[in-house]
Amino acid sequence: MSSVDLMAHGALVLVLPPLLLGVITKTKAAFAGRVGAPFLQPYHDLVKLLRKGSVFSRTTTWVFQAGPVVGLATAFLAALLIPIGGHPAPVSFEGDMVLFAYLLGLGRFFTVAAALDTGSAFEGMGGAREATFSCLAEPALFLGLAALVRTSGSLSLTGMLGPSLAATWPHAAASLVAVIVSLLIVVLAENSRIPFDDPNTHLELTMVHEVMVLDHGGPAFGMILYAAAMKLFVMGAVVVRIALPYDGADPWSGRAVFVGGMLLLAVVIGVVESVMARLRLLQVPSLLVAACVLSAFGVVLLAR
Amino acid sequence: MTSWTIVAAVVLVGTSGLPGLFFRREGAAGMFVATALLVVGSACGIAGALLALASGTSSAIDLPWNVPGGAFSVSIDTISAMFLIQIFAVSALGALYGLEYWSQHDHPDNACKLRVFYGLMTAGMAALVLARNFVLFLAGWEVMALAAFLAVTTEDHLPAVREVGYVYLVATRLGTLCLFAMFALLHAATGTFEFVTPASGAGLSTAIFLLALVGFGLKAGILPLHVWLPGAHANAPSHVSALMSGVLIKMGVYGLIRVCSLFPNPPLWWGALVLSLGVTSGVLGVAFAIAQHDLKRLLAYHSVENIGIICMGLGLALMGRALGRVDMMALGLAGALLHVWNHGLFKALLFLSAGSVLHATGTREIDRLGGLLKPMPWTGLAFLLGAVAICGLPPLNGFVSELLVYLGLFSMVAGSGDRIWLAGAGAASALALVGGLAIACFVKVFGIAFLGQARSASARAAREGGRLMLLAMAALAAGCVVIGIAPSLVAPVLDGAVSAWAPEWAGAHAPLAHVAPFGAVTMGAMMVVAALAILAAVLRVRTRRAAPGTVGTWDCGYADPGTTMQYSSSSFAEMLVRMFSWALRPAERSPTIRGVFPRRASFHTDVPDVVLERVARPVAGSVGRVFRWLRWVQRGSINMYLLYILITLVLLLLWR
Repeated sequence: MSSVDLMAHGALVLVLPPLLLGVITKTKAAFAGRVGAPFLQPYHDLVKLLRKGSVFSRTTTWVFQAGPVVGLATAFLAALLIPIGGHPAPVSFEGDMVLFAYLLGLGRFFTVAAALDTGSAFEGMGGAREATFSCLAEPALFLGLAALVRTSGSLSLTGMLGPSLAATWPHAAASLVAVIVSLLIVVLAENSRIPFDDPNTHLELTMVHEVMVLDHGGPAFGMILYAAAMKLFVMGAVVVRIALPYDGADPWSGRAVFVGGMLLLAVVIGVVESVMARLRLLQVPSLLVAACVLSAFGVVLLAR
Repeated sequence: MTSWTIVAAVVLVGTSGLPGLFFRREGAAGMFVATALLVVGSACGIAGALLALASGTSSAIDLPWNVPGGAFSVSIDTISAMFLIQIFAVSALGALYGLEYWSQHDHPDNACKLRVFYGLMTAGMAALVLARNFVLFLAGWEVMALAAFLAVTTEDHLPAVREVGYVYLVATRLGTLCLFAMFALLHAATGTFEFVTPASGAGLSTAIFLLALVGFGLKAGILPLHVWLPGAHANAPSHVSALMSGVLIKMGVYGLIRVCSLFPNPPLWWGALVLSLGVTSGVLGVAFAIAQHDLKRLLAYHSVENIGIICMGLGLALMGRALGRVDMMALGLAGALLHVWNHGLFKALLFLSAGSVLHATGTREIDRLGGLLKPMPWTGLAFLLGAVAICGLPPLNGFVSELLVYLGLFSMVAGSGDRIWLAGAGAASALALVGGLAIACFVKVFGIAFLGQARSASARAAREGGRLMLLAMAALAAGCVVIGIAPSLVAPVLDGAVSAWAPEWAGAHAPLAHVAPFGAVTMGAMMVVAALAILAAVLRVRTRRAAPGTVGTWDCGYADPGTTMQYSSSSFAEMLVRMFSWALRPAERSPTIRGVFPRRASFHTDVPDVVLERVARPVAGSVGRVFRWLRWVQRGSINMYLLYILITLVLLLLWR
């Protein structure tokens, strides 16, 4: 991979994620008939948080500060494994999809541990929910990956989501659609979006992700926000790539289509958040099991 | 020469506890002599095993033995060497840990005998791994099993300990019975008491395989056969738990691997059966673990889970062998064997750090701990490393072996025709579920026990463990880190083991380093470490003006959150336990709240082992009732037993 590709990948991965949050907010504002915050508001928030001071509870240990650090580091490294617009990922090897999923798992481990480090019942509650829901999202993700492995015959994300993807659509369309829907549900669940979690809710008892980070502030909270945006970006990138397997004639059109797809995904998430209410917590597992079943259909449909 | 070194090491380790019996009970001299002998013996054993690995061949010893069918026939191939290294390393570290954990001073009544049985258990395991003769194998097996029983029941004055010891004894007797039958059938098929490939005979082979699966599965703790495991691991002294969970249950895996290697053309369903048993053990093992309130019992159920992952690898290897898929075979077996090593490292680490917690607080109840990271920073770090490793997360060793199993499963998905690949997809998603549940479980244990605030006075008074305890944990943690960051170090060993397992394909498969992305794993691990270091430095710089330790947790406006208001381990696990209640059958006693001012109430949940309580005990009870009439044989008088022996002898002589 050339240095231009590497820089383009790095720039996209570092710059684009907060914009997705801005687009989601703007979409929701449009549905509610408001003007809404500017598209670039998340960037301002991040800069502001980085400049702020911090307060640490006397209950906490170093694990509390490790949470945001590990969360951001793992989300960024996962982003290096994702091919963008048909270009190979900077890091690619057989089995990298396992590293992708397990890096996000490492981030989750430390985010939840940091929540439990505060000794607050609310944050423990959020941690328990996060850990529980993610367990069920994992099989859906891996079944989707298995379907992609089967259609592409490749064991790396770059191969699965590479230039050959467009050619597999005609004879595996049904299966790929099932996988897209399932992975979209996984994206919403893992990123604490409606219908799993309402990022704007004000009642701690009903929160999932936000309640885990109540005690974080300043730069640490900035890292958490940035990591959340990046996680949305990397998981969304897989869905967008399957749905829009366009490589383009020149190296840049593929990337342009990818960026457009990501913004479209943000709009879709905004629409989902505007037209749906969140599920009751006890019904969340059922939707995740439905995602697993959809992915399983995607796999079974390939066994003709 | 290497073989003699190891045989000498086995003898030294096996007798290491004996001199201690001649010292004063309260004095420390005996325990130092015993530990020194065991450590020196283990060092010899490891050196011999490493030499055998380096030379590739080993001198076999074959001496006559005056036992029917027996021969002192000993040899070391790569598979044996791998298990030997693990046996001696974990045993020696456990013994060092035991110097402070179970010192002569604290336990004058039973420390001496514990050291005798600990050494015997180690020697029995090493002997059975070396043995190439059935009788020698069974002798080693029995020494290991009985010494383990006696080590588990170290505190035999406690009724609970006697109870779990008895369950273990029954389970291990049953397992040995199956093994006797299996070896008899193997003898019938081959005409020899050595491990050689039997002539083809599908029925006989199937019977041998199934008996091996039950007999060795009982020791390994594959799910429906795991009934003895949680209780025994929880109630044994912690370094014994570490040795049992890290190494002893792997002897079942060793036996299964050894017997399966004898069949070059296994039917496909063998592999599928082992794979599905692995999936069941993995998912339900971790589900049971989540529901536990007892720290060591929870870790014990994770052994069931990890044996499940090992079985998935072995099943994959068997299926690869049946289908003629070298890549599946190599990845599956290498994943299984590497996971045997890895589990030995991180499970021993976890049991030792759990032992330190028990030593410091006097309780295994997770809900009575909390905030231990502050008084016990090194033990906490060790537990955290073990927890990250056992969840299979990068950059530690658990990730590497799980990656090998995943790669094997995904190559099955990519390259198999005839719908067999669906099994690979299903197993991969099950492994992902196991991974997710393991994260939930270990973040719960670490978070509740080591983070937050102390939930009891004993947790508040905790102190860090002794130097030797920390040393043993540090060595195990270093192993986890090294294999996690530089897995290519172990690749040649795994290659050798794969060739030894399937000799018909020796040389036909590409070296593992070409198939598995060990270089990329190293790079990924380095990138994780580098990214963490950079971001931690950024955060440190940005928060250097923070004033830590002056305010409490915010807790949504409540100014002074108490220790009992924290989330407990049962509340953390509640949703997952409910999700798996169809299998776990949790017993719950919750009060009914009535009126505006309800009275004091208590809430209780408990998840007993379903297989033990609902299947094993009732069945054992009815079998016991049926055979009650046999009890009159047991007169409790030596003369009667001598008479029985005489009668048996006469009958046998007449029969010949």
